Amino acid sequence: MAVATSKFTLKESKHRLRHGDAIFDVLTLVAGLLALLAVLAIGWQLWQESHFTRQAFGWGLIFSADWDPYGDKFGALPFIYGTLQTSILALLIALPLGLGIAIFLAELAPPWISRTMGFLVELLAAVPSVIYGLWGVYVFAPTFVKPIGETLNSVAGFIPLFAGSVSPQYSRLAAALILAVMILPTISAVSRDVFQAIPRAQREAALALGATQWETIAQVLIPYGLSGILGAVILGLGRALGETMAVTMVIGNNYNLTASLLEPGSTMSAIIAGQFGEAASIDLFRSALIEIGLILFFITLVLNMFARLLVWRVARRVPTEMRV
Amino acid sequence: MMLNPSLPKPGAPSLGMSSAHYARRKITNVIMLTLTGAATVLAIVPLIWITAYVTIQGSRFLNIEFFTQLPTPVGVPGGGVINAIVGTGIVVGVACLIAIPIAIVGAFYAADHPNTPLGLAIRFGTDVLSGIPSIVMGIFAYTIIVLPQKRFSAFSAGVALAIIMLPLILRTTEEMLKLVPRNLREGSLALGASNWRTSVQVLLPAALNGVVTGIMLAIARAAGEAAPMLFTAFGSTGLVTDLNESTATLPHTIYIYAMSPFKDWQEKAWAAALVLIALVLGLNILARALTWWRARQMGLNY
Repeated sequence: MAVATSKFTLKESKHRLRHGDAIFDVLTLVAGLLALLAVLAIGWQLWQESHFTRQAFGWGLIFSADWDPYGDKFGALPFIYGTLQTSILALLIALPLGLGIAIFLAELAPPWISRTMGFLVELLAAVPSVIYGLWGVYVFAPTFVKPIGETLNSVAGFIPLFAGSVSPQYSRLAAALILAVMILPTISAVSRDVFQAIPRAQREAALALGATQWETIAQVLIPYGLSGILGAVILGLGRALGETMAVTMVIGNNYNLTASLLEPGSTMSAIIAGQFGEAASIDLFRSALIEIGLILFFITLVLNMFARLLVWRVARRVPTEMRV
Repeated sequence: MMLNPSLPKPGAPSLGMSSAHYARRKITNVIMLTLTGAATVLAIVPLIWITAYVTIQGSRFLNIEFFTQLPTPVGVPGGGVINAIVGTGIVVGVACLIAIPIAIVGAFYAADHPNTPLGLAIRFGTDVLSGIPSIVMGIFAYTIIVLPQKRFSAFSAGVALAIIMLPLILRTTEEMLKLVPRNLREGSLALGASNWRTSVQVLLPAALNGVVTGIMLAIARAAGEAAPMLFTAFGSTGLVTDLNESTATLPHTIYIYAMSPFKDWQEKAWAAALVLIALVLGLNILARALTWWRARQMGLNY
């Protein structure tokens, strides 16, 4: 690499270098800030393009449960409910499993098992959503979810969540279970990083006091990394809320507000994906779907900002040399 | 720090503790630790189930025609999805052309100024952007390109995918630049090279392997995205190479075929799923192999 500074006097070359570096700095800064700009632009565009419904109904969209696009009734409540129901159930299933995986990979497994298993769990996140959906509709829901649904229905059918008729293929339960699989890698990967960032001294102190390994994990490491684990949970939740294809394919597109997990339902992302084709040419209809997208954007934005701050806080508490 | 109240207090004679207590704590320990291992194995089950099932089902319907022919109308046997395979290639190609230069250039700043307010702003922006659902990216590309142009296009799909890829590539490139040993940078600066030359001609080549890995992972992610395609590429039954035309893509085709009531379409959905999963998992495994190879090299060199 030829750096021909010798041709110039020191003063000249210094000047030239500073010039090049200044341009480079500005250029790289602008490119880097494009990501942040994109976030703002997305919010602005969705806000602008949803003005038809915002003018017509204010925020009534969120509070109404009537969905009849051709009768100009746009109530997103069934979809908001469906999104929350499936995502929260997915989280309840994925959290203990993901935490268990993180503990196993970070604390127990020998390095080569940890690497291999860690990679396989990460591959779960690589499988495209549409393939989860395909497998969900034709394999997972009929063979695995249906028997579970029937058992829940016969044992606890008096609870509204498990009431109604068991749908063989499409159900909110199937969507929630698939979501749980899909967010598992997020939760386990982030919490594994959190565990690995906890200083060795914490473990050694607990073990030296006579705690068993499990007591060390449950009573020292988990409390120590709690805010980071909470960050992992929120990142997982954010992923579940926005997940589209797999959910659209297995949830069955029922636009009524019903409680049962065993029946078909819909979510915010599923309604947008399922109806946008029809809606594109009708201003009010399209605007309603974009407004649902805006709500989704806003929720995931806030959750992500919060989660990142939490995870950063844990990472920053540990001196850099101690991190892996 | 308050441990389990059943633990002996410091100085208490350990003989005073019943052995049942110890036994219980030991058993709890073994059970819970086993459960964490079981959770890990359980997580692998869906991965094996999906890949095995897609491979078995897909390979039954996969043949040469599938890669070389256009789709036939419903009921007419044969035909393939070459339009979707080409479409995915075009759309991902456009996304790469947009995202890779911006991401790499931006990563220089983030790696150079890690703890300045602007550096943090970049990191924060990319982290937040990567958490925004892909369907929202699709709507965004729709509102800025499809609506004003009044037509669906491969280009708009490329833009949506580029926004998905940008934060992924930027963050891996940043991490890789930071991993380059300090003495390389210092050596270059000491020879009189300017900061930007050091970045472009010393740091980037040294980090290149890792950067390529990051790009491969981002491509794998983008190639599998179906949700943004609903609003942008939209789909087409013909072979399209014009960026301003709507085009079929592999994930979108899987969605349409899978949800159709026609048996032969559903069969093609499995075949297409096999192609897609092989592509995506293949890229992931290759990326991991590259990382491993680089780590070994570094281990030998330093």
